[in-house]
Amino acid sequence: MTLELQGVSRSVAGRVHIQPTELTLKNGTMNVLLGPTLSGKTSLMRLMAGLDQPSAGRILWEGRDVTGVKVQDRRVAMVYQQFINYPAMTVYDNIASPLKLMGKPKDEIDRAVRETADMLRLTPMLSRKPLELSGGQQQRCALARALVKGAGLVLLDEPLANLDYKLREELRIEIPRIFEASGAIFVYATTEPEEALLLGGNTATLWEGRVTQFGPTPSVYRLPGDATTARVFSDPPMNFVSCRKEAARLTFGDAAHASATGAMAALPDGEFVAGFRANHVTLNRHSGDAVEFRCTVGATEITGSETFIHLNHGPDRWVGLIHGVHPMDAGAQVSIYLDPAHVYLFDTAGRLAAPAPYALAA
Amino acid sequence: MEKTQNNKAWFLILPVLVLVAFSAVLPLMTVVNYSVNDTFGNNAFFWTGLEWFEEMVTSSRLHDALGRQILFSLIILAIQVPLGIFIALNMPKKGFWASFCLVLMALPLLIPFNVVGTIWQIFGRVDIGLLGHTLAAMGFDYNYTNDPLDAWITVVVMDVWHWTSLVALLCYAGLQSIPQAYYQAAKIDQATRWSVFRYIELPKMKGVLLIAVLLRFMDSFMIYTEPFVLTGGGPGNSTTFLSIDLAKMATGQFDLGPAAAFSLMYYCVILLISWVFYTVMTNLDREENR
Amino acid sequence: MSRITLSNLAHSYLPNPKGEDDFALKEMDHIWEDGGAYALLGASGCGKTTLLNIISGLVRPSQGRVLFGERDVTDAETTERNIAQVFQFPVVYDTMTVRQNLAFPLRNRGMDPAYIARRIDQIAAMIGMEAMLDRKARGLTADAKQKISLGRGMVREDVNAILFDEPLTVIDPHMKWELRTQLKSLHREFGHTMIYVTHDQTEALTFADKVVVMHDGRVVQMGTPEELFETPAHTFVGYFIGSPGMNLLDAEIAGSEARLQGVSVPLGAAYGPTTGRTQIGIRPEYVLISDEGLPVTVKRVEDVGRHRIVRAELAGQPFSAILPEGMSVPADGARVSFATGKVNVYANDWRVAPAETRGGA
Repeated sequence: MTLELQGVSRSVAGRVHIQPTELTLKNGTMNVLLGPTLSGKTSLMRLMAGLDQPSAGRILWEGRDVTGVKVQDRRVAMVYQQFINYPAMTVYDNIASPLKLMGKPKDEIDRAVRETADMLRLTPMLSRKPLELSGGQQQRCALARALVKGAGLVLLDEPLANLDYKLREELRIEIPRIFEASGAIFVYATTEPEEALLLGGNTATLWEGRVTQFGPTPSVYRLPGDATTARVFSDPPMNFVSCRKEAARLTFGDAAHASATGAMAALPDGEFVAGFRANHVTLNRHSGDAVEFRCTVGATEITGSETFIHLNHGPDRWVGLIHGVHPMDAGAQVSIYLDPAHVYLFDTAGRLAAPAPYALAA
Repeated sequence: MEKTQNNKAWFLILPVLVLVAFSAVLPLMTVVNYSVNDTFGNNAFFWTGLEWFEEMVTSSRLHDALGRQILFSLIILAIQVPLGIFIALNMPKKGFWASFCLVLMALPLLIPFNVVGTIWQIFGRVDIGLLGHTLAAMGFDYNYTNDPLDAWITVVVMDVWHWTSLVALLCYAGLQSIPQAYYQAAKIDQATRWSVFRYIELPKMKGVLLIAVLLRFMDSFMIYTEPFVLTGGGPGNSTTFLSIDLAKMATGQFDLGPAAAFSLMYYCVILLISWVFYTVMTNLDREENR
Repeated sequence: MSRITLSNLAHSYLPNPKGEDDFALKEMDHIWEDGGAYALLGASGCGKTTLLNIISGLVRPSQGRVLFGERDVTDAETTERNIAQVFQFPVVYDTMTVRQNLAFPLRNRGMDPAYIARRIDQIAAMIGMEAMLDRKARGLTADAKQKISLGRGMVREDVNAILFDEPLTVIDPHMKWELRTQLKSLHREFGHTMIYVTHDQTEALTFADKVVVMHDGRVVQMGTPEELFETPAHTFVGYFIGSPGMNLLDAEIAGSEARLQGVSVPLGAAYGPTTGRTQIGIRPEYVLISDEGLPVTVKRVEDVGRHRIVRAELAGQPFSAILPEGMSVPADGARVSFATGKVNVYANDWRVAPAETRGGA
């Protein structure tokens, strides 16, 4: 089974919601749609589900054109950010409801409900009403209802966004496990890069209605094809600084120099934009080639084991994520170090010119 | 979000369309037919063209009824809308008393129109009615069957009693949709009671309020049963509103031609007012969202 | 501005609370120092919003007093307390412009128009909305509306405290960074007492100087982010702070060693005898994976980009470890050891302090 989007786009009243998109989702894969609010995640899901019709393009399901086929006739399940359950029914009846609508025999329903409840650890709550459950349990009940009918395509639209941090952490670990057991195509929308990484599978990054990149999650994270993808897939945001290449020398900003090696050495001379992630900023020189930047501290935030340092470097505003506790006063001068192995070079149009060497090694 | 196109819906409403065609469109066509003919029954028609319309447009009888009608609608709107808002603002928000008030408010709305008329007809009588008798005992010279002003007051009070709860209930529903955080924020901002009403409650009620005004205007503009039962349009013609006048003309005097022309014009006026209301409402909405 | 004292405070939403379970907020004494940036951290239903509403005066506590400075405000109305509050969902006056929204709390207090105009420009610059001042608030995005709410909370200079009730819930992750940094710099600039309620540990730890962790209607620990991380006072703090949370393993304590399934683990300090259920707690960050130490069974390895999380089992109990970028898990027979001095001891869920070490020993 595959779901294929061929040149699918959608505009409403002259405004483009989804730009022409090519996407092939294979059976038994977890696919994350990662992007900020209003980047088109929900619009794309609605197209996949058949809730909306594309303005152009075709949607193929197992090679068959389903572009005009109604939602009810597709084998699709959807879970929303809000916990949507039937409040007057018990958890058991909630899970059983899609099967009852399909007119399945009673014993088959019972078996499927108990299996699914077991998978989602809802067995002890089967006779309770949804509103008597915690938020996490309510969302698990909604998930169970989506999974029980054996849908081939399960769409999850920020399902954990309304849950407490810790509950989110627990369900995030469970979702890949549930997904492996079901064997359907999972599509999971989120705004958080870390969630995408924890879920694994494939990730499509979205920006202003456009899929900027699609591929295995760690490889999209480590080898973003352009600056937009890198920005969407970094939290804290990726740091950027201008970079000029002359012969074998790279100049970052005004003053910091490094020698160009590997793929960077092969680039033509000219202007580039260097990008690096917050966790690659260090306060000590770890390697001989590390580039030093003099920055002004904007603020520090301490998480207990790590410190976020907000830095001003000329016109650039950066964030560093540094191991250990390092309180610093705002306005203080600080030297930070960056290993060139952690630097991505983008051309002035934002396309990746040379990936960070460490990413190729990983 | 748009909905998926589905033409099946047309088949589902087809029976209703057919029914409406028989019950509304056909009679309307008959009325159109009457309005351009003169008839004495027996299916004998004489073509008159627009003569009846001309007669009606210039008739002082119609002008008077229209004037009374507009005055009546304006008065009851001026009373019912502020009163309804006031009641809604002061109703309990939850608990037993909230349900109690809701039921109490709904009661007048559940009473059939002619019963409302009868209730007030008896209630206001000086000889046996509680209201009339009390007023008379207190020395007021009250008699709605003789005095046009008393008749008007009684009709207006009756309508206020019957319909204010509709406005109140609609506003109450609008108020219930305001999250508690808004009131808390207003307290913290030290907003006055008036500011809370002006900037939080009124904007949230605006949608339902416009619907309430439209409903009340249309209903009062077509009012028939209650004043007919209460005063029969009197004393004199003082409470003869448009539809009462129309009914008198058509079924009382059997002037089918003029009555048909009259009702068509009446129909157009109502259509026009509804359209104006609708345009104003949607425009206001659009401007607000800009 | 003044310090806020909660004395002998407790609250129940029931008219006649019977047992302790009926209390949403169990008896507590607590002091919020003037000018502090506090976070109130806990899972939903732990009582943190109740506590916030008691401070703001929206809820009257069923027992105890609330003092602002020396003044008892337990029975004072919200308006008398002179506080500002920012709610979870944006509360803006839709029909007003952004400027009127920001000016509202000042206008209601009859401030001088010239001052108001000056102050609005200042606040607008801070929240980055100068360009939108004359637009109607209706039709703005949730982000922008929440910025207005933050601005309205900030606009009065003389408030006793600014209370935040999960204010960044509706904000995009990228924007959260910006707003949190702005809040921090505003705190530095004006020195208001700020109390920030959240269930998100990152928000709490990064915002606050002092984090107050609540669990089941009780304050279980107040401390700096570092203290909460290094020495959680309660197993709940260990679990709740950190991602993944602290590993807790049943063990027997004997002096400066813990015995775990027959293997001894050095504790770095000596402990007196303990009673009840004893556990040792170790942060995943302080677990070293190599071929020495306690044997673990690796279940899964999660790649979160900047490091990897190893999910394993140690002596039949779930166990996580954080693997720095570039390191790998031994193919078979992985073993773990703990960084010295980073192991905490718990008896019946509360931390046991090490026995006093003798000077010069």
